[in-house]
Amino acid sequence: MTSTQRQSLPVTAPLAVRMQGIHKRFGAVQANRDVNLNVAAGTVHGIVGENGAGKSTLMAVLYGSYRADSGCIEIDGRPARIQSSEDAIALGIGMVHQHFMLVETFHALDNVLLGAEPHWHLPRARSRLRTRLEALMHDTGLQVRLDLAVEDLPLGERQRLEILKALVRGARILILDEPTAVLTPQETEQLFVTLRRLRERGTTLLLITHKLKEIIALCDSVSVMRAGGVVLDCPIRETNVDALAQAMVGRRVQIGREDAAQRGAPVAAAKPRLLEARHLRWRDAFGVPRLDDVSLTLHAGEIVGVAGVSGNGQSELLDALAGLLSPQQGELVLSTIGTRRFTPQRWLAPDIARSLGIAHVPEDRQRRGLILAFDAWESAVLGYHDLPRYGPGLLMDQHAMRADTAAMMALYDVRPANPELRCSKFSGGNQQKLVLAREARPQPKVLLVGQPTRGVDIGAIEFIHARLRALRDAGGAVLLVSSELDEILALSDRVLVMCGARISGEMQIADCSEASLGRLMSGSQLEQAAP
Amino acid sequence: MQPLGHGAGVSQPLELPRWLDLFVLPAFNLTLALLACGVLVMIVGHSPAQVLVLLIKGAFGSRIGLSYTLYYATTFVFTGLAVAVAYHAGLFNIGGEGQAMLGGLGTALAALALGDTFPAWVVLPAMLAASMLAGVAWAAVPAALQAWRGSHIVITTIMFNFLASALLAFVLIDVLKEPGNMTIESRSFGPGAKLPGVHETLAWLGIDWPRSPLNLSLLLAVFAAFGVYVLLWKTKAGYALRAVGHAPEAARYAGIRPRAQVMWAMAVSGALAGLVGMNEVAGVHGRLLLDYVVGAGFAGIAVSLIGRNHPFGIALAALLFGALYQGGAELAFEIAGFSRDMVFTLQGLIVLFCGAMAQVAAPTLARIWSAWQRRREARAAAAQS
Amino acid sequence: MDEVGIATLLASTLRVSVPLILCALAGTLAERSGVIDLGLEGKMLLSAFAAGSAGAISGSIAVALLAAVVVGVLLSMLHGYACVSRGGDQVVMGMAITMTAAGLTVVLGIAWFQQGGQTPPLPDSVRLSNWFTGAAKTLQDIPLIGNLLALGVLGHNAIVYLSLLLVPAIWWLLYRTRFGLRLRAAGENPAMLEAAGVSIVRLRYAALAGNGVLAAVAGAYLVLAQNPSFIPHMTAGRGYMALAAMIFGKWHPVGALWACLLFGFLDACAIRLQGTALPLVGVVPVQLIQALPYLMTVVLLAGFIGRARAPKALGVPYVKES
Repeated sequence: MTSTQRQSLPVTAPLAVRMQGIHKRFGAVQANRDVNLNVAAGTVHGIVGENGAGKSTLMAVLYGSYRADSGCIEIDGRPARIQSSEDAIALGIGMVHQHFMLVETFHALDNVLLGAEPHWHLPRARSRLRTRLEALMHDTGLQVRLDLAVEDLPLGERQRLEILKALVRGARILILDEPTAVLTPQETEQLFVTLRRLRERGTTLLLITHKLKEIIALCDSVSVMRAGGVVLDCPIRETNVDALAQAMVGRRVQIGREDAAQRGAPVAAAKPRLLEARHLRWRDAFGVPRLDDVSLTLHAGEIVGVAGVSGNGQSELLDALAGLLSPQQGELVLSTIGTRRFTPQRWLAPDIARSLGIAHVPEDRQRRGLILAFDAWESAVLGYHDLPRYGPGLLMDQHAMRADTAAMMALYDVRPANPELRCSKFSGGNQQKLVLAREARPQPKVLLVGQPTRGVDIGAIEFIHARLRALRDAGGAVLLVSSELDEILALSDRVLVMCGARISGEMQIADCSEASLGRLMSGSQLEQAAP
Repeated sequence: MQPLGHGAGVSQPLELPRWLDLFVLPAFNLTLALLACGVLVMIVGHSPAQVLVLLIKGAFGSRIGLSYTLYYATTFVFTGLAVAVAYHAGLFNIGGEGQAMLGGLGTALAALALGDTFPAWVVLPAMLAASMLAGVAWAAVPAALQAWRGSHIVITTIMFNFLASALLAFVLIDVLKEPGNMTIESRSFGPGAKLPGVHETLAWLGIDWPRSPLNLSLLLAVFAAFGVYVLLWKTKAGYALRAVGHAPEAARYAGIRPRAQVMWAMAVSGALAGLVGMNEVAGVHGRLLLDYVVGAGFAGIAVSLIGRNHPFGIALAALLFGALYQGGAELAFEIAGFSRDMVFTLQGLIVLFCGAMAQVAAPTLARIWSAWQRRREARAAAAQS
Repeated sequence: MDEVGIATLLASTLRVSVPLILCALAGTLAERSGVIDLGLEGKMLLSAFAAGSAGAISGSIAVALLAAVVVGVLLSMLHGYACVSRGGDQVVMGMAITMTAAGLTVVLGIAWFQQGGQTPPLPDSVRLSNWFTGAAKTLQDIPLIGNLLALGVLGHNAIVYLSLLLVPAIWWLLYRTRFGLRLRAAGENPAMLEAAGVSIVRLRYAALAGNGVLAAVAGAYLVLAQNPSFIPHMTAGRGYMALAAMIFGKWHPVGALWACLLFGFLDACAIRLQGTALPLVGVVPVQLIQALPYLMTVVLLAGFIGRARAPKALGVPYVKES
């Protein structure tokens, strides 16, 4: 169904939702900055953006989970004060959360019952609700087996249950947060059918997602959010997948292109292979594939960037290569120190990885990269505390550890340069520099790095980029996962693009263009660069 | 696994500076507990001031009183350290009672087997090893169940406390009891199994000291406290343990295996609790009894809470509790109708104010602190301009 | 064993199980709503003391019962304040209640009654009488089941029958009412309930109030039916055994009932079997029988005989995001 076949929006259509000037700050982070949102009644409006772009916060404000610092909201043309989810529900707003709000041990019917019981006596309440639900299910085509426990229902059915829950409470405006994140392709199709039917009934739908094809397939209009603000807001027929991708992941940066000609000259043949991953496959607990036949090779002296909208398997790839995730199929060959082969029966572990010269800067620096409650010098040896240079036997050579930390801080310009300071007291950028110092300073053979400059100030970004290049120039290999396309373009010799748990394409940096990358990121074209 | 107090689930937007957190807050909570106890003392018709004076005199006012205080404190150091080590790994070990019982059993078995035939320098180390190993064994099962089967360690350790007392009763009554003896106890240990008392050691050094249960386990306790400090903050093993307790995800990232840490933290914890056997069974009674532990494990929880899970704080808190137990016993002599149970009540109040309600005062303290900070900064700014 | 023997065994099983049943029900209410309750022992003890003291001073059963209930509810509310309102550690709170109660009862007992911590023995007028004794006499002559009914089932006091009735009552509350549905949800997914506009704090306080009353009745039973006076530490770990029974019964009222009856049966058997040789196994040490409830609970927790799945949100203080 192409955009031309869709109804054109009447100019005088009443706005179901109008949010103006929404600001929301969490501590140092400006989650929403002067956001405006206009949604016409009976339409499907998509809200797209990377992780941390602010879309979930915006919808949480609409649903009353958070209160905006400033701004106003109008529902059906009337000003609305939404202080809690009860207010939102009373105004006809319903929300289907990304992480289902269900009690798994209860039956489906009891889950709908909870909080909106028509009677204090459960059997009576159940029969009344059942009648209403059956009518609703017939009306909307949503089928849910009401008498099974939620834990026995497949995810698609649980999601339909969530939608039913919202509808039963009279929702005419339905917010769906990343609805297809956990669905199989078949379930996704089914969901689309359901959503279209709901739209025909006059329900207004707000779809938060980062899957661009779905936006094009389903929505009437779209807002693209980035770093807390709205960067693009238009009807679907005026845009396309590639434009959305580019709007999502950032401005083009010209700088990166200048030295592109010098980089990435066919490296493959010349330099030794350090890491080879073959046909990695991994499904999560729900059976959804997160790594689908992923293979890659890292050579000495190159930076390989992994581009793509996050959630397409990049995190899982990093975890697998660092030894934190054991794939169900595939193998890994490490040629950093001798040759070691790893199979699913006996996969890599983080300490073995480190001993083989593989360092890892994790995407989540606060929960994984550092221990916030520890002092800086204690976090600065995380993962390396067993090394001989930090003490030959059982005792830790704290003097050596502190001295090393001071050296790290000096070299990587971590401020304040105080090894005794608690990690939680450092700013995000300095925390990141500390983690990078710990992992990169020992000159690892392979550095796996995820989102190295997330939340880092501009000056530090350049510094970090310089250090990554230095590592490459010294003969190491860097695997760079980043949702910032400019970062990928500025640093990489080779770019892999991940989409839908697969590697959708691979290109030398000289051949990269925003257009081609955008196509690969949105999955609209699978491409293999000719060597 | 619910880490004890590691901010799990409780948001703390205002962070207290370390010295406030480690010293002022516990002192404040302790004062509250003492005040509540003072109220109780008044309700039962005594004067808190009089009680306090008599308590201090009883605990520290004489050499024998001091000896008793230190003897009690020794046991509390062991059980307090046991709770603390487990805490730093993110576990709540309530099984100190049971592990201490097993420790005594281990001590006794080694003593009975070897005490008659071997000299002290062979038997005593064997008893020491036995007491620790027995404690380790008793802690290892709940630890393994937690690590591999996910069984909540709090519940399993409580169950194991009851199992320990049943086991101890069985061994004493059916195996070790001397026929014809009405009291439930084993026979006395041989001469090789007697841990010298402090009064004996001091006499050997030429110092006259009154006879008391205080024995060389005191040195063991000091060594254990120092050892735990070194272990937790100066060794790589301790680093890994604390990492798991604070941030299991980061520990995994670092290649530290959480299961191994759980096992080994509980092993150390059990060994420490087992050392109670050396103090009570080997050092004092010279035979195995039924009730040498009573309440020591729970007192250890209180001691660890006030001592903020740090060996130095635990040593001080153990001394405090030793003083309370000894002073309480004296009070029971001096004041008609006063019993040791007042001390148990205070113990419970301490767990209440320093444990369960420990953070109730924290936000208020933090507010006072930041208000005072702001006023200081404003004054400094005014002085500059 | 003859008919009379079976009947008396049944009777003593019931009598011994009653405080377990009441405490297990109390624990079920609290834990189903998400609050760990390790203070059952302390609540029962302090309520028993309250009943014993109030009964001795006032000479009235009603006052004794009322005193027990007030004390039980107060302790549970304290539990609620520290843990639900202030996010304090629930395990530590339970320990605090138990430890404080153990000392407090003796201290007050000595101060008020000067009998070494005991309360004066209550006269029969202040204690619970046995019901259906007349009917029991007439039924005794019926062949086969007469003695069983007369000596085993009839002739118990009011709280015994109350506790048996409370099992289906609590079941009905938890599974047939709106309140029960919400309470169970509070222990599984409080965020979801809060998003639906229900106050978790109020639900947990309500559950704790029920918990306080039930634990109090258990304590009162000890003094009004089992022993004429309060004796220091008279609960003897039964609060923890009730906890084990609750877990063994998988947090379900009826499951808890069977577990309590089983544990009570083991307790009643333990003394009887002392010294007697059983077929196949020989003489079983009494301590082993006493240890069986705890052993069985550990085996269950290890997952070797079925899975005991605790309420998912148990022990996690619920903190609202703002």
